[in-house]
Amino acid sequence: MGNPGYSALSLLRGALGGHRHWGRAWRAAEPGGPYDVIIIGGGGHGLATAYYLAHEHGVRRIAVLEKGYIGGGNTGRNTTIVRSNYRLPQLQRMLDYSLKLWHSLSDELNYNVMFSPRGALFLGHSDADMAKLAERGDALIAMGIDAELMDSAAVAKLVPLFDMRRDARWPIDGGLIQHRGGTARHDAVAWGFARAADNLGVDIIENCEVTGFLRDGDSAGGRVTGVRTTRGDIHGGRTAICVAGNSGHVAGLAGLQLPIESHTLQAWVTEPVKPMIDTVVMSQSLHCYFSQSDKGGMVGGGDPDMFPSYAQRGAPIRLEDSIAQAIALVPALSRLRMVRSWAGVTDMSFDGAPIIGETPLPGLYLNGGWCYGGFKATPGSGRLYAHLLATGTSHPIAAPFDLARFAAGRTIDEAGVGPMPQHR
Amino acid sequence: MLLIPCPHCGPRNQEEFAYERSVDSVVRIDDAPAVAMAALYTRANLRGEDHEIWCHAHGCGQWLRMTRDRVTHAIRNVEAL
Repeated sequence: MGNPGYSALSLLRGALGGHRHWGRAWRAAEPGGPYDVIIIGGGGHGLATAYYLAHEHGVRRIAVLEKGYIGGGNTGRNTTIVRSNYRLPQLQRMLDYSLKLWHSLSDELNYNVMFSPRGALFLGHSDADMAKLAERGDALIAMGIDAELMDSAAVAKLVPLFDMRRDARWPIDGGLIQHRGGTARHDAVAWGFARAADNLGVDIIENCEVTGFLRDGDSAGGRVTGVRTTRGDIHGGRTAICVAGNSGHVAGLAGLQLPIESHTLQAWVTEPVKPMIDTVVMSQSLHCYFSQSDKGGMVGGGDPDMFPSYAQRGAPIRLEDSIAQAIALVPALSRLRMVRSWAGVTDMSFDGAPIIGETPLPGLYLNGGWCYGGFKATPGSGRLYAHLLATGTSHPIAAPFDLARFAAGRTIDEAGVGPMPQHR
Repeated sequence: MLLIPCPHCGPRNQEEFAYERSVDSVVRIDDAPAVAMAALYTRANLRGEDHEIWCHAHGCGQWLRMTRDRVTHAIRNVEAL
């Protein structure tokens, strides 16, 4: 606690002293308690939840339990894209709520998360694609979210490196851009929230894996009163699962089965080059998305591996697919060397939308099921989850995303494919 | 990459196969609504060995029951359904 603020002055002072005065950004907290809220999972969402609980709801005793280290999970493994141009109103409301937070996040946290609203462009490759993009754009504008339909000339001007030939593998007919979308530095989001939460007294406990739940009276329906961990039992008032990727496993420790299957999603990055593409590129028909990081590497990804896996590594099949598509769109990419590829484990929910809400067990809450789109929701998800944990009731924006929606037939299925996670 | 031993074709590349669903998620015609709902919309999703239904879609077309570890990717058993 008592971390000095970061500023131009502190940077200058550091430069004069050889940068030897920088301390830890957050304490290495030991398990204590009892806590008011225990958050399982020290990813972006869990840390954001802790921050907003402490900052906006005045909750004082909060623990964040992380099985590995901060920034080692999906927060550090995604392709850093931030946008809110979804089709269904529930998702539009939630992700635009989050996008608004992104625009002031660096100031809020006193930590540069390098949010770069460079525009998020969906390409259309046929008349049908363009009709769908126009329809999505209209839906967004009706919701008050920015969207601009572009013809092929405008797209070619925006990204001169696109293959605009009519006989290209995927001819480009136009696109739909969200100018407020863009990218952010993913690690910095975890570190910034961790530091800001720590400054408010949150205990961030790393290398602490949950192995079971403590229950009132040890009965199957008894209230959850804390967790068993590799570093001992920890007691708390409310216990919050926030471990997307491993939600099925952790909920399983409490005897719950979720509408979630864990799949692997891969990403890749090339060697750093000078600025070549200054927007985020996605596609209506292909499953390939890429952007250029501030360091210069082209970062991209594609489909999940389409079979259940908890392994943080993927098969070359899907990697090849997304790279082949990226090269077809921007042939110049074929000249770059790929320096790394990696994989993360994603919670594929059974309607493609996240789950934020109570579980059937009293005292136990769930935030998960983010499929492969959780990063963009980090601040919004944390703030909405904090609202639920502090007040006991869901915020109106989060309310449609309750766990009970599957049994009640209120699924939020943007892709319209039903309960088949491998077809999203 | 998985090398999947198809009972008819022998060991074949994963690329020829399609994952369908886990064995615990098969809905039977006379299931009660609550049981059918659970089979459709919930999974054990074990971080370890689980039973899955695959199809040799781009090979012989046979439906398979596979016992596979979802962390190590080790395949313990494959049999025709």
